[in-house]
Amino acid sequence: MNLFAIIKLVVKNLRARKGRTLLTILGITIGVAGVIIIISLGAGAQNLILGQVTKLGSNLLYVQPGKTAESGAPIPGLVITSLVNSDVEALRDKARVPHATAINAIAQGASTVTWGNKTIDSTFMGTDTDYPKVANFTMDAGEFFSDAENSGGANVVVLGSEISKKLFADSGVNPIGQIVKVKSSAQDTAGGVPLRVIGVIAPRGSSFFQNQDEIIFMPLVIGQQQVLGIHHLQAIYIKVDESPNISSTIDNINTVLKQQHHILDDINIDFTVRNQEDAVKILSTITNALSLFLIAMAGISLVVGGIGILNIMMATVAERTREIGLRKAVGATKKAIRNQFLLEASLLTGLGGVVGIIFGVLISYLISLVMINMGYDWAFIVSWISIILSVGVSVLTGIVFGLFPAIKAAKLDPIDALRYE
Amino acid sequence: MNLINIKNLKKDYTTGDVVTPVLDDINFKIDEGEFVAIMGPSGSGKSTLMHILSFLDRSTSGIYEFKGENITVFDDNYLAELRNKEIGFVFQSFNLLPRTTVLDNVKLPLLYSKKKNYDELAKKSLESVGLSHRLNYYTNQISGGEKQRVAIARALVCDPAVIFADEPTGNLDSKSGNTVMFLLQQLNDQGRTIILVTHETDTANHAKRIIRIKDGHILSDEPVLHRTIADADKDLIK
Repeated sequence: MNLFAIIKLVVKNLRARKGRTLLTILGITIGVAGVIIIISLGAGAQNLILGQVTKLGSNLLYVQPGKTAESGAPIPGLVITSLVNSDVEALRDKARVPHATAINAIAQGASTVTWGNKTIDSTFMGTDTDYPKVANFTMDAGEFFSDAENSGGANVVVLGSEISKKLFADSGVNPIGQIVKVKSSAQDTAGGVPLRVIGVIAPRGSSFFQNQDEIIFMPLVIGQQQVLGIHHLQAIYIKVDESPNISSTIDNINTVLKQQHHILDDINIDFTVRNQEDAVKILSTITNALSLFLIAMAGISLVVGGIGILNIMMATVAERTREIGLRKAVGATKKAIRNQFLLEASLLTGLGGVVGIIFGVLISYLISLVMINMGYDWAFIVSWISIILSVGVSVLTGIVFGLFPAIKAAKLDPIDALRYE
Repeated sequence: MNLINIKNLKKDYTTGDVVTPVLDDINFKIDEGEFVAIMGPSGSGKSTLMHILSFLDRSTSGIYEFKGENITVFDDNYLAELRNKEIGFVFQSFNLLPRTTVLDNVKLPLLYSKKKNYDELAKKSLESVGLSHRLNYYTNQISGGEKQRVAIARALVCDPAVIFADEPTGNLDSKSGNTVMFLLQQLNDQGRTIILVTHETDTANHAKRIIRIKDGHILSDEPVLHRTIADADKDLIK
């Protein structure tokens, strides 16, 4: 008996029992759709998270005050003041850190911004002229503050698009030239620091789960000394020209800062240089592990679907006992009967797999539309591997769970089978 | 020419330690072209004998030669092939596949054969039982008599040496039963060997020879003197 004839026969059998066929494949369909959706969502989420990281700009290093706590949590309330403004000046020396294209000191915090009788919450960031270069952003109106304004400590501020909208959209007043008062939520500066708006940044969306459009920017010394009332830095961002130069730049920064801080022994290092690529790697590892875990969960539903197949095939063999007897009487060998039922089971699960893939891809696509609508930078990703894997696994499920009923059918005694009522 | 040669055939059923003899010391020969009825009451062993003769079952001891070959030595796969090539079955309860067309039912034995032209052979076979107009009917759409004629077409499709008919009229009204017996007699007239298993004398009298069995032994083996010739509507079969 040739394979083509068996396939035709099996397809006829499945078509003759459409309702049951559909119900049988449901378990496999759900399992496969689950795997496809989870793999797609995992890839989408990974893409989103990594996108958030790289949105801050690529080839980015940042220096934090304090030594990396390899073990244990940082002490709550402890403020590390080891990074200061002179460190930034030292790092700007081209001879010592040759591959740095932009260096930014950061002093930031939560604040309120007041204009007229409107007061809204925002995040403020005291930084340097280079910041737009480091963080990859452009201006919607006006200018970012200049070197002169920065070093002179001019009382100027650049608003994120949301902040500008919330303060000025109602009144229709051009924000440029207006005076706003910025008050740190942590520091009691009565009435706030009056600053003149000189620019509005083009909308940037969310990054690192913070709305980048709700940040205001001001010269470092204003943010640091006037708004925050401190004399140290919270971070220094360093942009490197090419990614192959990252490790040498890390070495340069370590050398410069150790010298600045008079550190002879590495044990006493009071700063940490972090590489964005490291963060990307760690995030990838975490998201991959999560995806695997979820795929394993979906895999369980495939096994349950397989047991459903096993059940139905057992029932089918019992129901078709006379047919099996007849087939044997007219010349079917054990092998032919076994192959027929095995093929039927794997065709069922294969069909379930294909339907599952269609639904899985469709649902993944719908989810991506919803995510994009919600403002996330979401990508619709379905990998070929997940599709091939799903079909493979579902057909394999059919063979594994169809084997026992098929062998049972093949072993039936034709005389008993023909007499079966 | 000799087709079947049974010598000292014995069949026991063993359940645990209990051995139940079903057939004992069975001896007969059947030549090609014969029309033999195996008769006996239920429990006589006639069905078991038919199963052994048609390679569905094996004897406990004795010799069964089919076309001169001792078939007791062959394995299950070879017997399946032999059933496909040499045996056609007609059952009391038709045993047609449900939710399947008449044509596909007749094609069934061909699936397990080495033949290629399924459609052509199945249609030819259905034509010979007068059912060319029912090819694409489903088996639940035709009458009992037609079902049994489909079964005969199925039995014929691989051109077997012998047809086993096990109570072929048992589930039919007398008119349909008559048609079936007519077909079997006609096939025999064309040279086909027919072995009929029945417990009814009226049916058995359509054969040319009756082997009577009781309690596993042959009671008598003699030709039918006053043979019944089935008289069906001659237009039925072209």
